[in-house]
Amino acid sequence: MTAGAHGHTEGHGSLKGYLIGFALSVVLTAVPFWLVMSGALPKAQTEAAIIAFAAAQIVVHMIYFLHMNTKSEGGWNFLALIFTVVLVVIALSGSLWVMFHLTANMAPMPDMTQTP
Amino acid sequence: MADASAHAADPSTFYLVDEHEHPEGHSTLLGFWIYLMSDCLIFAILFAVYGVLGGNFAAGPGPRQLFELPLVAVNTSMLLLSSITYGFAMLAMEKDRKGPTLAWLAVTGLFGLAFIGIELSEFRHLIEEGATPQRSGFLSSFFTLVGTHGLHVTFGLIWLVTLMVQVLRYGLAPALKRRLMCLSLFWHFLDVIWIGVFTFVYLLGMVR
Repeated sequence: MTAGAHGHTEGHGSLKGYLIGFALSVVLTAVPFWLVMSGALPKAQTEAAIIAFAAAQIVVHMIYFLHMNTKSEGGWNFLALIFTVVLVVIALSGSLWVMFHLTANMAPMPDMTQTP
Repeated sequence: MADASAHAADPSTFYLVDEHEHPEGHSTLLGFWIYLMSDCLIFAILFAVYGVLGGNFAAGPGPRQLFELPLVAVNTSMLLLSSITYGFAMLAMEKDRKGPTLAWLAVTGLFGLAFIGIELSEFRHLIEEGATPQRSGFLSSFFTLVGTHGLHVTFGLIWLVTLMVQVLRYGLAPALKRRLMCLSLFWHFLDVIWIGVFTFVYLLGMVR
């Protein structure tokens, strides 16, 4: 049991790691909120920027908080993550793509916005 | 033919008869990670639903009329702070320091409770304004997505209290360390989902 218990200790992270992750997360959260609340950039740039900041923060959380790397559990954690990311991309982009075209190509209905 | 029947008579040549020993809980963290990945797919589908229905306001209120970004910013910081304090609890646990572990877990629980409290008051505010889940496709998908995340945090809190009681009673036993690590993954994972929620629901909703 001791081997099993100590075998995972590399996964706990360090104080330094948590603080770096926290500092990066604060910046990556504060900037998009500031961008939207102040309206400093035009609409299209703001949208692109906050999506980029979200993607960066997800990676920061994965590395510093979830301690994701290519070696933990013999690489199976990372493999499951890659598989999930592929499924998420297919599900999200596929749903949005199909439903966008379904809406765009649908015959116009008489004033659907007025029905409660 | 003669060879095949000879082998069939002695099956032990093909595989080990006795299962080799596994240490207790050696695969728990991988299994829990796979659960989290399947949970991730649930949220992916709810995000997709929100992406499809989020623009259908049915002449009702939209994000600009409903959302208060300062409140969302406070909520986001609550969850982020609870993530770092859970990290501190894990560092204390690693050093077998029961008191600090429990103290940091309690702080984490309070931040989580603050998050749920703010979210519930936001929901109550929306419903009082008539922005109920029945009002439009946008509100149905909004309440489903954000509510599912809130429900996860609520169950995380129940789990947290359960583990705190167990640590109080039994100390930092190996099994309890393992459970605390699973909850750690769960808690940080919920913070990752929240990044998606505040970006795609709240911030993008206010920009559009």
